[in-house]
Amino acid sequence: MSGRGSHALTPYVAVVRARFGVLLQYRAAAIAGFVTQCWWGGIKVMVLTAFFAASAGAPMTLPQAIDYVWLGQALFTMLPWSGDPDVARMVRTGDVAYERLRPLDTYAFWYSRAVARRTANPALRALPMLLTAGVLLRVVGWSAYALRAPAGVAASLLFVASIALVIALSAAVSALIDALTVATLSDRGVTVLVSPLVIVLSGSLVPLPLFPDWLQPILRNQPFAGLMDTPFRIYTGNLAAGGAVFALARQAIWVVVLVLLGRVVMARVMSRLQTQGG
Amino acid sequence: MNALRLYGRYIATSIRSQRQYPASLITTSIGAFAATITDFVGIWALFARFRRLEGWAFGEVALLYGVVSVSFALADSLTRGFDVFGEQFVKTGDFDRVLVRPRSAVLQLLGYELRLTRIGRLAQGAFAWGVGAHLSGVEWSPASWAVLAFAVAGGIALFSGILMVQATLAFWTVESLEVANTLTYGGIEAGQYPLDVYARWFRNFLVFVVPIGCISYFPVSVVLGRVNALPYAFAPAFGFVFLGIALRIWTFGVRHYTSTGS
Repeated sequence: MSGRGSHALTPYVAVVRARFGVLLQYRAAAIAGFVTQCWWGGIKVMVLTAFFAASAGAPMTLPQAIDYVWLGQALFTMLPWSGDPDVARMVRTGDVAYERLRPLDTYAFWYSRAVARRTANPALRALPMLLTAGVLLRVVGWSAYALRAPAGVAASLLFVASIALVIALSAAVSALIDALTVATLSDRGVTVLVSPLVIVLSGSLVPLPLFPDWLQPILRNQPFAGLMDTPFRIYTGNLAAGGAVFALARQAIWVVVLVLLGRVVMARVMSRLQTQGG
Repeated sequence: MNALRLYGRYIATSIRSQRQYPASLITTSIGAFAATITDFVGIWALFARFRRLEGWAFGEVALLYGVVSVSFALADSLTRGFDVFGEQFVKTGDFDRVLVRPRSAVLQLLGYELRLTRIGRLAQGAFAWGVGAHLSGVEWSPASWAVLAFAVAGGIALFSGILMVQATLAFWTVESLEVANTLTYGGIEAGQYPLDVYARWFRNFLVFVVPIGCISYFPVSVVLGRVNALPYAFAPAFGFVFLGIALRIWTFGVRHYTSTGS
């Protein structure tokens, strides 16, 4: 009897063990991702240190640039380099039609989903990175390469406000990508176009102040600067209080513009929605 | 049919199948070009600001970047079978079928696909190479061509070896872990700057453990006339040594393979 009982349970035990294995895979993937971020950050910090050693006169100090790099590594999942994978799948299968049946405003619905995505991921990833860059590096004696605390109380508060605007802005870009995905029937083309732009123009690749001076007016006023450059320069003290408030306003204006643009695109796309079937 | 001809057949089939979707092929290649050229933009921006890096000028670093990029693009295009090994072969149990065929598993996996879309990365690497050669005024003697050709060959061997070790890990983890990305993509990132930039322990890692410095920094230094010691031109041989070790590890993994049974 007991023999048969344990026999009946075997498949469930197997499922639990298999599932557990899969979840461990995710943990392994998270650790692998973390190691990659550290590697990337480390290289960038060493390269910038060498560049700064050669010449003076950069519009930011080396410690500011190092903080900028580590913050970028910690918060890189906030960047909207692709749309919602579920929307892309729905467009592919034609399920996107069901989204129109919901008693919801589709744009607001997708925007909310984007907000969740751009908050949950960084929340999980940021803390280990900040602890490593801010604490561990100091403990092992590499203080010169470590992340420092924010430039002051005002900088901290403005930084928090700016990060909130980053989420709003990032979700607006994501939702716009989603709308364009529906318009072009595939997420491929949009992503190919948007993701390199986001990586270069947000400051994720190279801190924006280090680009040539003649590019600064353009770089400062384009929307993607509000995804990383603005909060990071506030954090490091590269933007003084007055400039910081102005920069926050610029972030907010871009949120409004991109949300309106997203809504216009969405309305046009949905008014003649083409559904793929089968 | 000998191994080489069989490989030729595999590749011809792969190319024919990818040509069935020309639009997808072209957009993906353009996407790869756009995504990878950003790294070069970053290098340009930093040099526009700072002018020099440990005595290296922009053109010289561009050549370094070009050599690493071209090597990796070719390796990545050739070793698709190893790249997707966990997902496509171990998880599905398809590796069983590979093993019962009377040909080596390595040959079959190399023949799995020749990824044409990697031409995007290759093109931007070649572009950087050209910019670098032009700006740094390299004299293109047959000797410097030979040195860099050997460097690219060594680079292909090294990056293929890294992907092979990654594939071997899948025997134990079933799914492909992205750890190797640190060494492949991260390796390009590290190899595109002169080694002088890094801390000593990291430099030693890039020369003696995963010899990315040997396939780029040393041969490019020789071509640029930054060092006069000819032995450095033979440093890319360590890429082949790495590949040899990776093949050993792979064989060890194959012997420990247990099918997922699906």
